[in-house]
Amino acid sequence: MDDFLAARSQMALSLGFHIIYSCIGMGMPVFMAISHFKWIKTQNPVYKNITVAWSKGVAIFFATGAVSGTMLSFELGLLWPGFMKHAGPIFGMPFSLEGVAFFIEAIALGLFLYGWNRLNNWVHWTAGIIVGVSGVASGILVVSANSWMNSPSGFDFVNGQYINIDPVKAMFNAAWFSESLHMIIAAFSATGFAVAGIHALMIYRKKNIQFHTKAFKIAIIFGAVAAIIQPLSGDLSAKNAAKRQPAKLAAMEAYFHTQEYAPLVIGGIPDTAAKKVNYGIEIPGLLSFLVHDNFKTPVNGLDKIPVKNQPPVAVTHYAFQIMVGIGVLMMLIAMVYFYELWKKKDLLSKPWFLKLFIWATPLGFIALEAGWTVTEVGRQPWIIQGVMRTSEAVTPMPGIQYSFYLFSFIYFTLSVAVIFLLKRQIQMVPELYDR
Amino acid sequence: MLYIVILFLFAAITLYFLLGGADFGAGIIELFTSTDNKHRTRKIMYQAIGPIWEANHMWLIITVVILFVGFPVIYSEMCIYLHIPLLIMLLGVIARGTAFSFRNYDAVKDEKTQAFYTQIFVYSSFVTPLFLGIIAGSALSGQINPKATDFAHAYIFSWLNWFSVAVGFFTVALCGFLAAIYIVGETDDVDEIKRYIRKAKIMNIVAVICGALVFLASGYEKVHLANWIFGNPVSLVAVIAATISLGVLYLIISHKRNRQWIRLLAAFQVCMILISVGFSRFPRFVIFKDGSSMSLLTEHANDNSIDDLGIGLLVGSLFILPALGYLYYAFKKKDR
Repeated sequence: MDDFLAARSQMALSLGFHIIYSCIGMGMPVFMAISHFKWIKTQNPVYKNITVAWSKGVAIFFATGAVSGTMLSFELGLLWPGFMKHAGPIFGMPFSLEGVAFFIEAIALGLFLYGWNRLNNWVHWTAGIIVGVSGVASGILVVSANSWMNSPSGFDFVNGQYINIDPVKAMFNAAWFSESLHMIIAAFSATGFAVAGIHALMIYRKKNIQFHTKAFKIAIIFGAVAAIIQPLSGDLSAKNAAKRQPAKLAAMEAYFHTQEYAPLVIGGIPDTAAKKVNYGIEIPGLLSFLVHDNFKTPVNGLDKIPVKNQPPVAVTHYAFQIMVGIGVLMMLIAMVYFYELWKKKDLLSKPWFLKLFIWATPLGFIALEAGWTVTEVGRQPWIIQGVMRTSEAVTPMPGIQYSFYLFSFIYFTLSVAVIFLLKRQIQMVPELYDR
Repeated sequence: MLYIVILFLFAAITLYFLLGGADFGAGIIELFTSTDNKHRTRKIMYQAIGPIWEANHMWLIITVVILFVGFPVIYSEMCIYLHIPLLIMLLGVIARGTAFSFRNYDAVKDEKTQAFYTQIFVYSSFVTPLFLGIIAGSALSGQINPKATDFAHAYIFSWLNWFSVAVGFFTVALCGFLAAIYIVGETDDVDEIKRYIRKAKIMNIVAVICGALVFLASGYEKVHLANWIFGNPVSLVAVIAATISLGVLYLIISHKRNRQWIRLLAAFQVCMILISVGFSRFPRFVIFKDGSSMSLLTEHANDNSIDDLGIGLLVGSLFILPALGYLYYAFKKKDR
């Protein structure tokens, strides 16, 4: 493994790890605040127990998210000093604001976790809400920094110099809205489905049914609504990518040749050498329609992009297919949920219904990782789209592969530890929260 | 605006050192507590730092953000040549943060896993400030050698040298001292207060010894530490103030007077040490082997970025400081 690949792998690993924790960190505090609100309103102790149980989860995920986030802010410099030297002042604005949001989140979390019996109920509740709101704000800000890498603005690049820097313009780059929206919705749908799935499993096993039923209902409503609106934001993102990163869109679709009535390719195995997709299903004109709202208008293919500026097609295409496939599946499951809810059926006593959600537990996170792969791999070989290549940004220090092995080990260990802890939390529900 | 940003940078570093330091120190004290007393120590420390420790950690993030937004060249040079100690420090941060919260939020509190989390927590509490000190010592003392052509001189000896390591141990001792003093103000149990005062005294003696080692190492590595500190009036006054406050501190401790004063004095001492060194080096932030250096006044980002960063920090502190104040207040209230 050479240093460049090691640096990229380590970054991918760190982001892939952090993204799960930070998404849970955005979603769960909101669920927790809803349950807390219900407790204050109804004084039903089950809601209080759910709040406390979830807050433990929030604390564990916040701690892991915070340390992996700290790690990332250093890794930007440790692995990509060439990038940070120039990009820091341009796209640093959202990071500074994120620092503020994160700080407030940490303070609010301290107040929330230790505020039982010490703070006024509503002050305590507000602290919980602030955890959620600042978590979402952090998410938007960090994604806005990433969207700048995809859609750089707020500076002029003249003769290798970065001049006329405007950090505010850089923060509100053309892609910030669609990317952040997509990410936040993804966070809520993934977290909603995952939390609901775990509670569904416990109901299925007939354990503490009252507790898990109430918890399930709060989580799934977020997951289901988010899953249903996600395709809309996905469409917005794809149009955005088509306009600003035609190479990325072409790689996502494994679309090699520019043509009228551009087809949407579903599935298939891209053959980069022969420039075609084997075994894919083509729907003629649909890509043109999705990108240009017109079935005939040609869409630029990879043939319009010099080979040295093309992202890896296969990885981007597979990741995109996985994301979209799972997204559609989650949307369907959400529709089943709403249909049954509308029919007022006693859903949670039906094993098939519970199994559906148990099975769907990890789906959102797989889609999340796949989507992130599309964003990041689809941007290659650029670290700043069209301005700086990833290979120009990497640290001159050799031996990065050892650092990569080390971090692989650490992230693996942490993941095992978190799963272990969550398992113990769930096991202890009967003793701690369901008296 | 540049000066406001620099002020925030120093404030963030100082606060990280004071608050985060007390936090690290809690682990260091636990490491050096006899097995019989460990349980009690842990309980008091947990009550003291539990609610605030996530917030303490944020000063590190603020420091990094100010560096990479405001002083990107300095940040990336440090990241290149101090890659290894930064990495180790970060591993410490990760291990420590997760072990601390796992220990407290694990639903099952069995002895075996608790002991495992504790092991990780106490050792990483030692390693993290050690490398923090090594990084600071290396950056300020002219050990970084970008002209080196081999791996060892460029990426190892830039930080692995007597001076940097001595500064690392000095940092560890100061953290232990800060933590002991911080906890003295956190408990009302007379025996415990006695114990922590004793610990604070021991840590203080260790810190003085480590400080002396730093001086010895500076001679060996040809770092003109004495010149830095005694060479300008501000640093000199700061050092004298620190020394006097140490005396006052002992006086108050011995007579068991107001415990808040003890805390303030300890914080004051550490601040004075930082000011003394910081002022003598200012505006240089990283100094290289060949004597050249990177100055905060010249190696900064463009004016627009600095202005926006400054505004962001000022507005941010309007939110953060009252919230932080409230956090400390809310958890002090019940203690009284």
